[in-house]
Amino acid sequence: MKRIRVTINGDVYERDVQEHITLLHFIRQDLGLIGTKEGCGAGECGACTVFMNGQTVNSCLVLAIEADGATLETIEGEAKDGKLTPLQESFDKHHASQCGFCTPGMIMTIKDFLGRNPKPSREDVIHGIESNFCRCTGYEQIIEAVLDVTGQLDEKGEVKHV
Amino acid sequence: MYENLKATELTYVGKKTRRIDAHEKLTGQAMYASDMILPGMLHAKVKQSPHARAKIKNIDISKAKAVPGVRSIITGEELDYRVGLYVVDKGILAKGEVRHFGEAVAAVAADTLEAAKKAVDLIEVDYEVLKPVLHPLDALEKDAPLVHPDLGDYSYMEAAFTPVPGTNIANHTKLRKGDVEQGFEKAEWIIEREYTNPSVQHVPMETHVSIVQWGYGDKVTIWTSAQSPFTLRNLFCTAFKLPHRDVRVIVPYVGGGFGGKAGIGIEPLAAVLSRKAGGRPVKFYATREEEFSLLPCRSQLTYRIKTGIASDGKILAQQMTMYWDSGAYADYAVNVTRASGYSAAGPYEIPNASIDAYTIYTNKPFGTAYRGFGHVEFHWGVERHMDLIAHAIGMDPLEFRKKNALKAGSITLTGEKITDHTGNVTKCMEEAAKAVNYGKLTKEEEEREKRTGMKIGKAVAALHKAPAMPPFVSTVVIIKMNEDGTVIANLSLIDYGQGTYTSIAQMIAERLRFPVEKVKVAFESDTDRDPYDWQTVASKGLLLSGNAAILAADDFLKNSYAVAAQVLRAQTVDLDHDSEKIFVKHRPDEFVTFKSMAIGYAYPNGNAIGGPLVGVGTYTAQGLSNLDKETGQGNPALDWTYGSHGMIVEVNPETGEYNILKVASVFDVGKVINPDAVRGQAIGGMLQGLGTGICEGYIYDDQGHLLNPSFTDNKIPTSQDLPLEVEAIAVETAQLDGPFGARGVGEHSMISVAAALGNAIQQASGAELTHMPIRFEDVWRGINKREAVDNWITKSPYGSCKSAPEVQKHNKER
Repeated sequence: MKRIRVTINGDVYERDVQEHITLLHFIRQDLGLIGTKEGCGAGECGACTVFMNGQTVNSCLVLAIEADGATLETIEGEAKDGKLTPLQESFDKHHASQCGFCTPGMIMTIKDFLGRNPKPSREDVIHGIESNFCRCTGYEQIIEAVLDVTGQLDEKGEVKHV
Repeated sequence: MYENLKATELTYVGKKTRRIDAHEKLTGQAMYASDMILPGMLHAKVKQSPHARAKIKNIDISKAKAVPGVRSIITGEELDYRVGLYVVDKGILAKGEVRHFGEAVAAVAADTLEAAKKAVDLIEVDYEVLKPVLHPLDALEKDAPLVHPDLGDYSYMEAAFTPVPGTNIANHTKLRKGDVEQGFEKAEWIIEREYTNPSVQHVPMETHVSIVQWGYGDKVTIWTSAQSPFTLRNLFCTAFKLPHRDVRVIVPYVGGGFGGKAGIGIEPLAAVLSRKAGGRPVKFYATREEEFSLLPCRSQLTYRIKTGIASDGKILAQQMTMYWDSGAYADYAVNVTRASGYSAAGPYEIPNASIDAYTIYTNKPFGTAYRGFGHVEFHWGVERHMDLIAHAIGMDPLEFRKKNALKAGSITLTGEKITDHTGNVTKCMEEAAKAVNYGKLTKEEEEREKRTGMKIGKAVAALHKAPAMPPFVSTVVIIKMNEDGTVIANLSLIDYGQGTYTSIAQMIAERLRFPVEKVKVAFESDTDRDPYDWQTVASKGLLLSGNAAILAADDFLKNSYAVAAQVLRAQTVDLDHDSEKIFVKHRPDEFVTFKSMAIGYAYPNGNAIGGPLVGVGTYTAQGLSNLDKETGQGNPALDWTYGSHGMIVEVNPETGEYNILKVASVFDVGKVINPDAVRGQAIGGMLQGLGTGICEGYIYDDQGHLLNPSFTDNKIPTSQDLPLEVEAIAVETAQLDGPFGARGVGEHSMISVAAALGNAIQQASGAELTHMPIRFEDVWRGINKREAVDNWITKSPYGSCKSAPEVQKHNKER
C-alpha cells in the first residue's frame, strides 16, 4: 500500500492504493468516477483516455502510484453548471455518440488535440482520433462534430432522400 | 400503419431529432453493467482451456481454495445443466471434454479480482490432448471425430431445425424451388465458384458483463449487458428449472452488442458462483481476450454457388451449398444457417433453386448472431459471384443485376410474392451507381490516375435481408402519464446504441401531438417491471416496437378521451386535442388539460374519476409461417429491406495496395424516422462491413489455438480506415405494415460492402478475389495470378488467411 494524492477535475483525493492498481482502476473503482471506460485494458482502444498533467494517457497503462501528485482531468470535469461544453453540444447535434462507451475517451482525445490545433482540417481530425476505437458510428459524425465546433463545417451531413 | 401521411402532415417523424440518451452518454453519467458495484459483490474469473480438444482427466482446486478471499470455486463436474438457444448443447463449464480453445473449465469468485485471478492460476487441470477437428469440411468426413457424440440426445427447436445425430451437422436447412437440373440443362452458361470468409469478432466496446445474485429461495437477480432480457430470462429459467416469476433480469446502458449479446452468455456461470458463495452478488467482466475466445464470434463460411444462365442473361437455375462453421456449440449459428438458407441468392429472382445449408460443429470458439445474421458472409459470395458471371458472359455487372433483380410479381426462394410495397432494390442500385458515376471516370478521376499511377475501379453490389425470427414474435409498449403531463414509455427492446428509443419517442410524439421533449422512452429495462419483448435482434425493433408504440399512443388517447368526455359532458366524437388539452371541437373554450387528468380527474368538490392515464399497445408479426423442412417453402419474412453500396477504389497495380475513395450506401428504409439516426446506422454499419472486408478475422494454428485474440493482432477499423467520402441515401417505398411506413435498417448497412470492394478492386486491377478480408498482398497475388498462399503467419488453413495450396487441393478433391 502507498498513500497517493491526486487532483481530479479540481478536487483533491488522498487514498491508500496497492502498488499494482492501474490509474483506470483507481479512478473507477476507488473513486467511483465511472465515466472513464475500460475497453481493452491494453492501451489499444482509447476508451480510458484521461488527462494527466496536461497530456492524455491511456489510464489502463498507468499505475495509480505513478499519478501521485498529478493533476488529472476526466469526462466528469467537462460539463459544468448544468451546461455541456461546446464539443459535447456538437456531439449531441451530430449524433456522434451511439452506444456511448467510447464517447468519454473520444471527447478527452479531441479536447487534447483541439488544445494544440484549434482549427484542425478533416485530415487532422482523422489523425487525431485514430487512437480511439468506435465500433458504432463509423467516425463520420464524430469528425463532423469536431469540424462544426471549430467553425469549419461547410454543410452538415445529410441523408439524401430519393 | 399511417404510411400514407405526407411529410408536410408530420411534425416529428422524419425530422432530425437529437438522441434522448445523449446527455447521459456525453457526460459519462450513463451507467453500464461494467460500472456497477453492489454491496458485498464478488469478482469472478474463469480458467480457460489452452487446448482446442482434450479430455479433462482431473482438476485440482486445492491450492486455489487456499487463496485468501476466495468464496466459491466451481468445476464442470458439479454442474448438471445444459443451456442452448435452439439446440441445447452447451454446459455452463466444460465437463469431461473441452471443445474449443478458451472454453471455461473452472471458475472462481473472490473478494477481489486479484484474488480470483491468483486462484485461477493455481487451479491445475490434467488434460489428455486430442486431435481437434478444425475445418468444417474436415468435420464432414466419415471418420471425423464427433464434437458432440450425444447430439441425438439433445433437445432442440424441432419446427425449425434438423440436427443429424452421429455427424458434426448441428442443422441442415434445405430449400427446393422448381427444377434445378432442368434449369441447368437449358442454360447457355454454367458458372460454379466457391467463396470463403473467416470467423470475426463483434467487438462491442463494452465486453460482456454480468452481475448475478442467487438469493434465498432461489430468487435470482441478473444485471447484465444483454440485448434480449426476456429471452435471456426464458433460457435461464429453462436451464435451471426455475419459475420465471423468480428470475429478474435488469439491463442498464449497454456498450454495443451487434448480435454478440443477443442470447444467453456468462449469466449462468455468475449465477452458480453466487449460489455457491451463499448468495453474494458475483460480477463477471470479460476481458478483451475472453471476448475473443470464451464468448462467441461470427461463423466462418464456405459458400459454393453453381449458376445456370440463359443466353439473354437471365438466371435459370442456381444450386447453393453453404458450410457454416459453428465452432463448438450451435447457439445462433443454426438459425444463421436457416436465415441465410432462405435468402441465399441475394435480391434476385431464381426460378429454379436448390439450397443445402449446413451448420457444422468444429473445435473452435462458437459462432453466434452478428449484425447481418449470415448475410454479410454470404453476400460476399453471391455479390462477387454476380460480377464474375457478368464478366464471363460479357454483360455489365449492374445490367446483369438489374435484369435478375426481384421486383413486383417476383417469387422469392420460399415462394413469397414480391409486391410494389416490398421495396425497390433496382432503385437502390441505380442510386448507388449514380452516386459513384458508375461505368466511367470523371475528369478529376482520370487526372488522379495519371498523377498517382493508381487504377480506379467502380462497382455496385446489392443486398437484401428480412428479420430472421420465429413466426410468433410479439412485443408490447406501455405509455404512462406523469403528474405534470409528460409521458414515459416502457418497453423491453434494448437500445444499445442504435437510436431506436429516440425514433420511438418521435412516433409517440407524433401520435399524441405532444412535443417530443415531453416523451421519455425509459432506458434500463427490467423484466419484473417492463413489458415483454422477444429479443433485440434482426432489425425488427423499429417495425414491431414502433407499431406497438403507435397502438399504445392511440390507446392512451382513447383512455384520455373517455375521461375528458365525462368531464366535458361531450361525446368522444366531438372531441379533439392538442399537446396540452382535450377540447370540444366546436367550442374550443371547453377543455380539460391532460395534466388535470394525469392521475385521475378531480372535480372542484373533490370527487374523482378516471385514474392514472396509461396506454397499452401490443403488436405481433403478422402472417409468418414455419418453413417446410424439405422444400423451405413458407413465409419467413416480416419485411425485406433492400439496399446497395456503390464503391470507388484505387489500386496500385504494382503492389496491390488500395484506397477506398468513396462508398455510397442506399437503403429502401420505407420511411426515414430520424435522418441523423439513419445516417449513423448507414455509415457505422458500412465501416463495420469494411472491417470484415479489409482486415478482421480469427487466425488459428493447426492445433486450433487462436493466435490473435487482441486488438494488437486483430484490427478493427479506425478513423484512418474511413473512405475518403461517404454518402448515405434513403429510398422510401412505404412498408404497409411498418410504423409510418418504416422498416428496419440496423444490420443492412454492413451487408455487401465487402463484395462491392472486391468487385471494384477487380474492375480496377483484374484481381479475382474469392476470400475476404482482402489484404494488399491478396490483391497483389490476384493481379499476378498467383495462388493465394498468404497463410505465412500460421502455416495453417484455419482462419483469416486463404487456404494454402495443399489445402485448396484437398478441398477440390472432395
